[in-house]
This record gives sequence, structure tokens and C-alpha cells, in this order.
Amino acid sequence: MPFIPHTESDVAAMLASIGAPSLDALFDEIPPDLNCGGLAGIPEGLSEMAVTRLTQERAARDGFYLNFLGAGAYEHHIPAAVWQIVTRGEFYSAYTPYQAEASQGTLQLLYEYQTMMAGLTGLDVSNASLYDGASALAEAVLMAVRASKAGIRRVLVPATVHPRYLAVARTTVKNQGIELVGVPFDPASGLTDPAALEALGAEPAAALVIPQPNFFGRLEAVDALTDWAHAHAMLAIALVNPLSLALLKPPGQWGSKGADICVGDGQPLGVPLSSGGPYFGFMTARQALVRQMPGRIVGRTVDLDGQPGFALTLQAREQHIRRSKATSNICTNQGLLVTAATLHMALLGPEGLKNVALSSHANTRALVDKLTAIPGVERVFPGPFFHEAVIRVSSPVPEVLRALRAQGILGGYDLGLDYPELAGCILVCATETRTDGDLAQYAQQLERILSRRREAPPCAYK
Amino acid sequence: MPKATDYQLPTTNYQLPTTDYPLSAQQMLIFQHARPGRRAYAQAPLTAPAADDLPAEVLRQAPPPLPEVSELDVVRHYTGLSQKNFSIDTQFYPLGSCTMKYNPRACNSLALLPQFLARHPLADADTGQGFLTCLHELQEMLKEVTGMAAVSMAPMAGAHGEFAGVAMIRAYHDARGDAARREIIVPDAAHGTNPATATMCGYTVKEIPTDRQGNVDLEALKAAVGPQTAGLMLTNPSTLGVFEKTIVAIQKIVHEAGGLTYYDGANLNAILGRVRPGDMGFDVIHMNLHKTFSTPHGGGGPGAGPVGVSERLRPFLPVPYVVQEQDSYRLARMADCPQSIGPMSAFGGNMGVLLRAWVYARMLGGKGMARVAEFAALNANYLAAELKRAGFDLAFPERRASHEFIVTLKKLKDDTGVSAMDFAKRLLDYGFHAPTTYFPMLVPECLLIEPTETESKETLDAFVAAMVAVKREAEGQPDLVKSAPHTLPARRLDDVKAARELDLVWKAA
Repeated sequence: MPFIPHTESDVAAMLASIGAPSLDALFDEIPPDLNCGGLAGIPEGLSEMAVTRLTQERAARDGFYLNFLGAGAYEHHIPAAVWQIVTRGEFYSAYTPYQAEASQGTLQLLYEYQTMMAGLTGLDVSNASLYDGASALAEAVLMAVRASKAGIRRVLVPATVHPRYLAVARTTVKNQGIELVGVPFDPASGLTDPAALEALGAEPAAALVIPQPNFFGRLEAVDALTDWAHAHAMLAIALVNPLSLALLKPPGQWGSKGADICVGDGQPLGVPLSSGGPYFGFMTARQALVRQMPGRIVGRTVDLDGQPGFALTLQAREQHIRRSKATSNICTNQGLLVTAATLHMALLGPEGLKNVALSSHANTRALVDKLTAIPGVERVFPGPFFHEAVIRVSSPVPEVLRALRAQGILGGYDLGLDYPELAGCILVCATETRTDGDLAQYAQQLERILSRRREAPPCAYK
Repeated sequence: MPKATDYQLPTTNYQLPTTDYPLSAQQMLIFQHARPGRRAYAQAPLTAPAADDLPAEVLRQAPPPLPEVSELDVVRHYTGLSQKNFSIDTQFYPLGSCTMKYNPRACNSLALLPQFLARHPLADADTGQGFLTCLHELQEMLKEVTGMAAVSMAPMAGAHGEFAGVAMIRAYHDARGDAARREIIVPDAAHGTNPATATMCGYTVKEIPTDRQGNVDLEALKAAVGPQTAGLMLTNPSTLGVFEKTIVAIQKIVHEAGGLTYYDGANLNAILGRVRPGDMGFDVIHMNLHKTFSTPHGGGGPGAGPVGVSERLRPFLPVPYVVQEQDSYRLARMADCPQSIGPMSAFGGNMGVLLRAWVYARMLGGKGMARVAEFAALNANYLAAELKRAGFDLAFPERRASHEFIVTLKKLKDDTGVSAMDFAKRLLDYGFHAPTTYFPMLVPECLLIEPTETESKETLDAFVAAMVAVKREAEGQPDLVKSAPHTLPARRLDDVKAARELDLVWKAA
């Protein structure tokens, strides 16, 4: 019982106060036949020293890889100050700021976060986070359906949206009778196919999702798509990489009216890769939609003395007040990750964030140039992209990636896993953390692997 | 036997200037510290190649309105903000139903080992066997703790786990072609997430009442079930802080009507190693690892809400979960379990939270977990007994407290006009975080108090002293309590103004 402070005399005094003969007696309202008699199947407890040794050994077994894998999770430099401050006990071990007067630190930070996200996305309001980018997309779909005055339960989702996001959105909305309709992409460009979209737009829909950059790294025609959505009485839901917005036009300025809702994953803003989480989802929107938003929102107000202060607001939307009529069942969100992102954005500032975006993009361009110079490698989907691109290789992708892994390199994402028509294609990414030497190492190993396979194809071993 | 007057009132550890201050550095927003051209130069490339391959129409015209500040500005500003928070590390935090126990530091430092942080979620399983071994061990331990047939750790919070659970119940009925079951039964004392979750899964909600002893009203339950019943969501021990004595009967009534049973594990801390939802015949449970397994609340997350299921719900578990193949581990995908309700996040869940819970579980071991429930119960029952002795009214005085209990201040409110909210705010001045107020809603002017097992007798005694002191103040100088807090960074905040004159985003004057 490593964290229980009671001495034997404490226990005796406390039981006496209660009037109970033993600790067991405290459970006398539980039917005795239900007692499971302890947890014999769980091993003995370990000291901090022992668990540290065990954990370090396991971590060491996993090691480090030179990473060219993105596909929705990106390795960026995170300033040391971010996680040192985030893990201060006053942030780390605080609860959701329901008691506003005792939580002004967290509340002010969330207000600053909302301001940063609204500014980055060019929209009016922001909530205080959702679970991740995929669940944020699902919540945006639900929000668009709630906002639909005609009660339309159909939303258009391009096939260029991250396939895992689409799967999560399906899990989330399918029980409410909402239809997610796929929009195919043009195989020549890797962009949402305007003709296919036009055909699908013949039937009403509550919203169109617009990914920027899309899953292939390509830059969609966001202005035209936003205007198209509005012309067809749909909301435009922007799905973005927040880092890209230091460089790219914010969704609030897409087309003539701007996107209505913007969501994405905040991981590139100070959150380590960590095998997939915890990350956080963000959501911003036009002012008119604020009462349809899910999740917590912080407002600035005044206290009894008229001094500025902060509190959770619009709680009538939420489950603890509205119960079965709430905008969402979300309660706990990803507060600590938002704390990290706020510090991260403050430390990088507008110039820093833009330079990270530019450096990442330049590194990916340089990588693509190096890789496509190798015989048997070609670029797929020509045209503007941001910091991630698709290449096709002449050998089977799983083998190529395995051979690269054996050299300590994560070579990218096998697009054939989700798109059968893209078998042979790899999505590659080089963030600002990659050096020229890293790029050269990838190119050198890929060239060696492909040439070896050309010279000695697998059948030669049989 | 100690009397309330014997207790030493601790000096408040919250000291703040009492002078009228204008907008001081402590109140400034990060944006107000900014100066054009200032930067944290160490943190990003100083220059970068232009994106001359991108057409002008896709580019941002004006830079994003982020603050231009130095690294020290940021460190000092946010360190200052942190100091305006109450937290477990700085204050006793008896927030009922939230299990604010000590978050061991080792859990954090080990989850932040650089190899764990660096691992990409889409990297193959062979690059993460160490990590997956930890995850698999946690999954197996949670099976043992709950007595369920299988566990998935995909959900990222309690409410997310609830969603997974009810979605599985729906998938089960749908798979059997039983489309008439469209109703979820929820006791009136339940957390708001229960009815909200049922709605998200396309169900309607039927509320049933609680009897005067705090139990589910069995007659009302019998009348409520029928061919329309998809399932029951039950929190046990309930949010009233008592164990449902007739839990087996409740489960049987629902099952005999063809419904499934959902165990809300919000209060799992009270029963660890004592009773198991699987043994009680439940079909699905979610656990809040940020409560029972002491991962941090982080000012509102991240949590983790694994779900455990009975054999009949196993095919519907959310992906991924960890599968063992001989000596190696990997995450299951849809191809492994085509009937799964699907993935719940892009990359599988809050892995870093799961790692913290694993460290905690390994440090406690099976015996340590059972001690958690014993001492959580000891602390709750002791605090209840001492408060009763000091003149407070318990909502269910004849019941044993589980790990939490309810004090009702109705009489105090009637006598003095001081509400539970006023009382809670005044406790902040004494350096204690307030208990949960106005939940559960069926007890008037309630304080739901959960001390947790990691607090010492001295802390509990000091809390009793503060409760007594505030009660005396309420009786003698009610306005002092009604206008509390008086010593915190902010006084009572105007919630109405916050909602009516929405100010959610700062705009430079």
C-alpha cells in the first residue's frame, strides 16, 4: 500500500470513531457471497526502484527510429519548458475548473488557448478541446446535423480525409441515423473530384468536410469547395493540420464566406508522438454556432469586485446540466494537452511556427527530390502539397518498409493499407527535425534496397 | 473521543495581496506581455526557405495572432498561472465522485521515458514490444479487477467508455435483429453522462427513482423493464455513496426482460479487490483510470475509460485492444473483429495515460489494490462519523458510506440562508478544495465528499475543523460566507455575465 499514510494507531482510532470493529466491517452492506476475496491474479507490488528498472528495460527494447512517418502524427521539436511547466502539480493534478475561484490559472490558460486557436483558424470561437482530431471530426458532423434547420442527416466526406478519422466518425454517428457519404478523389491529382461532388450534391446534405492539406498532403481547392458547400446550403467543415495554418490561408477566410466549423488534431502543437496519445482535438466555429458546440468553453467575466476573471460558460449545453439533451456526452477532455499546446504556441510565436511549417515543407520537398532521383521511385499526385507527399516504389511496399526498419528508418505510411488502388505508394514526411544527413541516409538505404531487389528478386532465393 | 473543538485549524496556504491592484502582471494575458519582434529564439529555425512552390491564393496573408514573447516571459507567465490553481499536490481535494487521490510522480516520469514519447503510432508492432508488453499487462490486470471476459482500452475518458459500452449493447441487439429495444434505463441519481450517452447511441432514456435508503426502487424497475428495454446503466456504489444492496436482483430483473446491464465504474475505487462487476453478472463496465488508477486529471483530462465486457459482448469490443501471439504483441484492427463497434480514436487511445495506470498498478500489486478500497472506505466513514458528531446532517445516516458520502446543508440553508455553494466557496478560503456541490441532484443543498485513501487522519481532522468553523460563521455572520471566497485570486465570478455577454476570445483594444 505504497501511498496510504495511515499508521496502526490511526486505523485503531478511526475505527473507534466509526464504531466499527475492523476494516472488513466497513463493507458489511455488501452481500457476503459477492466478496471476491482479493485479486490473486495480479502480481505483487513493486517498489519505485524496481518498477523503474523494469520500465526502463522495456523502453530500451523499443529504442529510437529515424522517422519519415507522418499520416496524422508528426515529430516536431517541443521546447523543454513546455512539459516542465505542464507537469507542475498545479496543472497536472488539478481537476476540471468547476470551482472557478480556485482554478483561475487553468481557466485563464484555456481562454488564452481559445484565443490562439480562433486566431490560427480565422474563426470566432473555440472550445476547450475534444479527445483527438478524429473524434473532433465526428463531433463536427453531429454539430452540423444539429444546426441543420431542415433536419438533414447526411454529410459528405471526401475519400481524401484521413481514413482513420472517417472510421471514428462512423463509429460515433452511425447510431443516430446519420449517413456519411464518401466523395471519391481524382486518381490523377489526389484531390476531391469536383464532378463526383457535383453529382452527390444533387441530394441535400448538412455539411461538406474539407481536408487541408488532405491525407495525401495535397492542397485542396478550399475556396471553391467552401463556396460550393454554401451554394448547396451545406456547412463547410474544415479539417486541418494546425501547424499548416502558420503558412496557409485560415479556414475562416476560405471562399467568399469562410468555413463554418474547423477541427483537427492538436498533436503538432507540442504533443509528443507517444504511440498515438494522448493528443487533443480542437474545434473552432463561427459565432452563430457557439451554442451548438460540444465540450467545455471558458468565458471572461468579472468577479464581485469588478476585477476580470474566468469561468466555464454556456454550461447549459453540457451533460451535467442538460443530461439526455446535451450537445455531447463529453465530460473529461484533454486539458493537459491543451496546456502544452498553449505554451508551445506562445513559445514559437507567429514567426517560429511559420518557420517550423516552412522548414518541414522544405525538408519534405528535398526528400521527395532525393527519393524520386532513385530509379524505381516516382512522385504520385503532382501539384502543390504541404509537408507530406506520395511516392510510388517499384518493389512491394511492406517489404521496402521492413527493410528500411531493419536499418532504423521508418520510411512512411503504406497507402495500400487503406486504398487498394494506391498499392505500391508510400506517404512520406520530413519535419523540421530531419537534417540533410537524415534525408541522405533515407535515400541511400532506399536506393540500396530497391537495387538489391532488382538484382536479386525474391524468386531467386527459391 | 476527539471533539470538533480539539482540532487545530491549519493556516491557509493561500496568501494573496489584498490591496486593490489594477491590471497587474499576475492578471495580464500572455498577449499583453507581447512586443513586436520579440521571440524565444532557441525554439524554432530562425530562417526558413520560402515555400515558392505554393500558389499565392493558398497562403496566409497576415501572420497568425500569436503572442510575440521571450522564453522567460512564457515560463514566468504560466508558472504564475499555475499558482492560481488548487490541485492535489497543493490542497486536500475532497471532490466527490472524482477520486482526487495522490498521483504518484513515478507514473509520470516513467511514462515520459524518451523511447515511449518518440514512438510513432503507425510504426509496426515490432518497434514497440516493450510498450505493448506494458499495455497487455494492464489489460489483463483490468480483466482481473473487474472479473470481465475481455477488456479494450480504446476509450479516452469515462464518457467515451460509456459510449463504447452502450454502443456495444446496441450492436448486440442489432446483431440479433432485436430492433424493438430502444430504451436505456437510468436511475435518477446517475451522472449526466449516462443519459447523454444513451442519446448519442440513438436510445431514449427512462429514468427510475431511488428509494429513501438510496437504493434503486426495485418495484419501479420492474415496472420499467419490458421488450423495449435495451439495457440499464447503473453506478455502484451509487452517486449517493452507498452500495446497491440488491444489485444481483437488479441485474436479474433487467436480464429477464431481455436487456443488458451496464456497470458505470466511476466509483470502482470503493470496491477494488472486494467485489467484481463480472461476478455480479454485469455485461459491460467502464473504468475511469484517472480516478481509480490515479492518472492525473490534468485540469480536465486526459483520462482513459477502458471497457470490460462479458463473453456475449466480446465480439463488439472497440478496436484496438492488445492481442498476444506467442511471445509478441500487437494491436487488433477491424480485420480481427469484424463485428467491433469500430475505432474510437485515430490512433488507438490515450496511450501515455495507460502507461501511467500500468506503473501505478504494478506498484500497488493485487494486495495494494485491495488496500485502496479498505482505506478509501476507512477515510470516508471516519470523516462521515466525525462530521455527524460535529453536528452535520448526513443524507443517509443509517447507511455505511462507501468511499464517499453526502452531507446535506438544507437545515443550515433554511436557518441562515447560506447555501451549499456558499459553504463550498468559504472552504476554499480555509485552503480546502470544495466537495462536489448540487450533485446528485436529489439531495437538497448537498456536499458530496470523497476523501480518498491517500489522505492522512490529520488532514481529515483539519477538514472537519474547517467545516465546523464555516458552519459557525454561517450561523453568526452569514454574509461573510455568502460572499466567499475572500482570499483567492478571484472573488465570486459573475456566471450570468459570462453567459450573456460572451467573451470567449481576447481582442486587442
